[in-house]
Formats: sequence, structure tokens, C-alpha cells
Amino acid sequence: MPLVGNNTSTTSPDETLLSAEKQHWSFSGRSLFRWESALVLFFVFDLVYGGTSSPDFFSRNTIFFAGINFGLIAIMALPEMLIITTGEIDLSVAAMLGLACSSFGYLFEHHVEVFLAMFLTLCVGAVGGALNGFLVTQLGLPSIAVTIGTLTMFRGLAEVILGTNEVSGFGGPWTDAGTNAIPGTPFAWAFGIFVVLALIYGAVLHFTSTGRSIFAIGLQEEAAFFSGIRVKRIKFNLYLISGIVCAFVGLLYTYETNTARYDAGTGLELNVVAIVLFGGISIFGGRGTMLGVFLSVIVVGIFDQILSNNNVSSQEQSIVFGVLLLASVILPNAGRGYRAVRKRIGSKWPRSQSLNENAAAISDL
Amino acid sequence: MSVVNELSLSQPMKTHRVAEALSRARELAILVVILVIFAGTTIKSHDFAHVTSIQQLFTNGSLFLLLAVGETMVIVTRNVDLSVGSTLGISAFLVGDYFTHNAHPSLVLAFVIGLGVGAFCGAVIGFIVTVTKVPSLVVSLAALYIIRGILNIIGLGVQIEPTAIPLSFQKIGFETWAGLPWIFIIPVVVTLVVAFSMRSFRPMRELYAIGSNPAAAQLAGVPVARRVFTAFVISGTLAGLGGVLFLSEFATVNATAGSGYELLVIASCVIGGVAIFGGSGTVIGAALGAILLQIINQALVVVNVSPFWDSALAGALILVTVSFDRLLSNRASLALRLKDSAARGK
Repeated sequence: MPLVGNNTSTTSPDETLLSAEKQHWSFSGRSLFRWESALVLFFVFDLVYGGTSSPDFFSRNTIFFAGINFGLIAIMALPEMLIITTGEIDLSVAAMLGLACSSFGYLFEHHVEVFLAMFLTLCVGAVGGALNGFLVTQLGLPSIAVTIGTLTMFRGLAEVILGTNEVSGFGGPWTDAGTNAIPGTPFAWAFGIFVVLALIYGAVLHFTSTGRSIFAIGLQEEAAFFSGIRVKRIKFNLYLISGIVCAFVGLLYTYETNTARYDAGTGLELNVVAIVLFGGISIFGGRGTMLGVFLSVIVVGIFDQILSNNNVSSQEQSIVFGVLLLASVILPNAGRGYRAVRKRIGSKWPRSQSLNENAAAISDL
Repeated sequence: MSVVNELSLSQPMKTHRVAEALSRARELAILVVILVIFAGTTIKSHDFAHVTSIQQLFTNGSLFLLLAVGETMVIVTRNVDLSVGSTLGISAFLVGDYFTHNAHPSLVLAFVIGLGVGAFCGAVIGFIVTVTKVPSLVVSLAALYIIRGILNIIGLGVQIEPTAIPLSFQKIGFETWAGLPWIFIIPVVVTLVVAFSMRSFRPMRELYAIGSNPAAAQLAGVPVARRVFTAFVISGTLAGLGGVLFLSEFATVNATAGSGYELLVIASCVIGGVAIFGGSGTVIGAALGAILLQIINQALVVVNVSPFWDSALAGALILVTVSFDRLLSNRASLALRLKDSAARGK
């Protein structure tokens, strides 16, 4: 944009032509020059690296295990993405998983009918999510402080409910959903559920007025409020849904491991936030796409699987993940910083020189 | 004319005084809560007021106290440092590694290594945050993973054994001076120094200005980037010192040391009245918050409530204090507005 702004006032035909060209370039260039494109490149890199490092990479096993190892984090990333888009954050997701796991284990141990136990567990999730939503919207408290509080509290309640007990032996048809692939496909159930939910979330976020409101809230909450968007109600609902989804993930976790423990999923909250941010979602809210989160989940999930295949421990994988996360925020910013510097140079230096600069920059790009 | 002068002069001072009174009331409130819990527990079980029990409280709380002090400096500038747990871990591990590989280690050098590692981690994070202007939450989250990853690579399957740690170093962990363990005295001295400088030392006061309004601070001539960078370096250095003390306390360390500390540290700050969006809060408050979390933990064991209730209560405490803070600040701003309109009415 600064390129064009510098030159529109000039009358020389050459310059006008150049500026028109630039305008064209900057339009098409920008739509390609997105974080999502970088994620696609990462994905291609994943496939090449995976294919060359292990002969068994392109197999059903890889897809299945990537899905089952990463599916739960992926599902929790969806409600987290919406909440971050409104400019808030939910750090209590993994603790809610633990609380759901504990509650379900407790109910199961006391011979409550399975469906009723599941329903009650989801209710626990709804109550927890509503508590977050109430504190953030009605009392207007900073969400990062609130959800650190509820994180500690949910995990604590999970500990109170089950203590150091470990409930196991769930069995039944539901174990299938936790440990097997969807019949006829190599995809784990967790991954299938993630895809379906991602489609629903993506549709709501990008194609409904509610979704547009979510972006509006993230960009300028006050402006959104004065243009008639029910800011508090939307935020409350997002937290409520987040609680329910995370409780559901707790159920999946229970069936996947066939045990219920209070410390299930400890520390996953930061992984979830990191996945969302790696998908190109701005931590300040208002910017990001569901496609970005989807690609981020796929890229990181497959990469984790490759490293595991190559016997790299999951702890060492964290270093790669940290670097990627850093790159995801620095690279887009670096582009902006570069443009800002060029703009400053352009406005200070004589016109001809600045044009040369611009032309050089264009050929560089 | 004189009325106008008086008003324009006294108005900011009054605001300042109200804010200071509030923050003092806050620290006092936490202190009262700590004392009430202490007294209540002692009535229930007389052993609680025993010297060893108090020493244990100080020993266990000291690491969080130290980390909370550094974290406060960062949060006050409207940033956050999520990497303190990882930094503590890598510092503790490298100091342990130094002891393992040197037959005649020097204690001074051990401290230099620990502090240096911490300062380096803080400097890298501070550099990235201030140069690229990327939100510190993301940078320090990435740093959390990267530092932990490096620690895992160098410390894969390695466990620093107590036999490798010289006794003179371990003594920091258990020896006392005037009844207070050294491992508690060091953090307290650090807290007092930082608290004093954040009250009376100009560059440190500027941290509050940055947190209240970064743009205004920049326009007022505060070197924002340099101050924020310094805050991260100090926070990292204190995390490094925490690593040294961690090693002296436990005399053993592996690659998981300090993992999961970061959110507890931020919780201590929040309980201590440090506003999460910067600009207000004191180091003393955060330190008291850390001790409060610790005393709840210990009191539960003594009064025979299942220790499982520990984090549930801590979480509830965080929520209550944050809500209470909001209530107080609403009241204060209302009072200020009333005063302001009264002054204008005159």
C-alpha cells in the first residue's frame, strides 16, 4: 500500500504506468502472500521429509496414529480459536478435560448408566464453561487471569473427585471410538470428529453474521458493541461451548486410554494455544482463518508423527515446535516492518531514488 | 488564578496518593489473610507454629517468591514471561552439570553460571519482543518450548545425583541464619531490593508508565524498548537464581525441573494484586501472593483436610481476588470521578 500511496499524486505517464502495475502486483501478491500459503509449504515439506526419512511413511498407520495422537488437542483448538479471535483466551481447556475425565470415572465407578454419566459429564463442562463466561463477561475480568484461576480450580476439583484413584475397565462399544479407526478409512475417530467440527466451526465463523461479529469484537470491541453486536452474549456462548467441547474431549480421552485419572491432559493448554497461534491467528483477536488452524493441526500432527517414527522423543520435538511458533509470528511481522522501513526511506529520499528503491524491491520480490 | 494552580497541582498528587493507599491496603489484606490462616491452623494444631514448620513454609515458598518478583516486573510493563519455569530448569541443570564435571567447583562460579544462563534466556526473549514487536505471550510461549527442548536434548536420561553436589552448596538449601533458611533469605533480600527500586528508582518507575500507556510513555521520552528489555533480563536472571536455589534445595535435577511453574507464578502475581494488563501492582504484593499459595497448601495438611483440596482452593482464591480487585478499582475510579466533578463544580 505505501508503494502506491507514494506515487498516485505524480503525473508522469511512466510513473502512472508503474504505479498501476504495482497496484496489480500488490493485489495478487498479497492474496498469495498469506500465512496459510506458508503452512501449505510446511505441509509439502512434511510429506517430502516424511517420505524420504521412512519407507513406511505413506501408509495407513501414519495417518491413523497421527490422528489418534493429535486429534484431542486438535478438537480443543477449535473453540480456543474462536475465543482468541474475540481477543480473549481460555487457558482452562486441559483442566476441563481432566475434570471431565474425573467426573466420568467417578460416575462410572458408582455404576451410573453410561449414557447418563456422559450426559452429566457434558453438563459439568457446560457449568465450567459458563463460570468462565460469567466471570469474563458479567464481571468484566481479564480472561487470562480468570482462566488461570479456573484452570487451577478445575484441576483441583478433578483431584478432589478421584484423588489418586485410577478408574479403568470401561469397555463397551465406546472403546471403539477411542482406539480404532473409522470403519473403511485410515482415520482415527478423534480426527474424524475434528474434521466435522472444524467444518461446522469454519462455516459459522466465515459464513454467518455471528462469525463476522466474532471478528468485529476482536478488532474493536467497543465499536462492535455500539454497532449493535451482543458482545457479552457471544463471548459467554463461546466459553460455554468451549467447556462442553472440552468435556467431550475428556470422554474421548477416557475411552482412548481406558483409564480415568485426575491428571489427564496436564499442561496441554499451552499446546492448544500454540497450535492456534501457529495457524496464524492473532493473539490480539480479529484476525485469522479456520483454514489456518486446520492446516496448523495437520502440519504439526504429521510432523510429530514423523519425528516419533524417527525415534525423536516428544520432549525434543518441542524445540522444533517452539521455533515454528516463533517463526509464525515473526515472519509476517518482519514483512510489515520491512514495508514500514521502505515507506520511511521512500518519503525521505528524493522521488527518483525512491522509485528506484521501489523498482528494485519489486524485482527482488 | 491561584485556585486553578492549586487544582492542577494537587489533582495528580491526589490520584497518586489514592493509588498508593489502595496498593498498600492490598498488601495489608493479603498479610492479614496469611496471618488469619496461620493463626487458625495453629489453634487447630499447635505444631503449626513450630519453627521447623515455618522454616518448611519459607523453604517451599522461596522459589515461587523469586520467580513472582521477576514476573511482576515484566507484567507491570504489560508483557508476560511464560518461560520462567523452563529457564529455572535449564539453569539448575547446567549448574548441576558444572558440579558433576569439576572435581573442585567454586560456588561463586556456580552462581555466575546459573544467573548468566537465566540472563541470557531473558535477554533473547527481551530482544525478540522489543525488536520485532511480537506479543510477548507468543514469544515467551515459544521460548518455553525451545528452552525445554534444549534441556531435554542435553539432559536426556541424565539425572544429576546428590553425591555430585558439594556439601557447602547444599548447605544453602538447609542451613539457617537466625532461624531463617538461607534459601529464604536470598529471595527476600532480592524482593526488598527490587521493591525499593520500583518505588524510588526512576528507570524502574518508568516500567509503570510503560504498562499504563506504552504510547504515552514513548512520547514522554521513556526509552520503552530498553526498559522492557531490561525487565525481561531481570526476570530471566531471577529465574536463573531460582535454578541455583532449586539445585541447592533438592540436590538433584533432571530435565523436567520447573515444568509447569509458569502459570503458578502468574497466579501468585494476580493474587498479589498485579494487574495482568500492566501499570499497577507491587513486588511485595506478588511475593505475599506466592507465600499465601504456599501456606494454604501447608495448612490443609495440618488441619487434616485432604490435600487434594489444595488446587481447588487456590483456584477459587485467584477468582475471588481478581473479582475483588475489580470491585475495588471500580469504587476507586468512581470516587476519583466524584472528586473531580466536585472540584470542577467549585
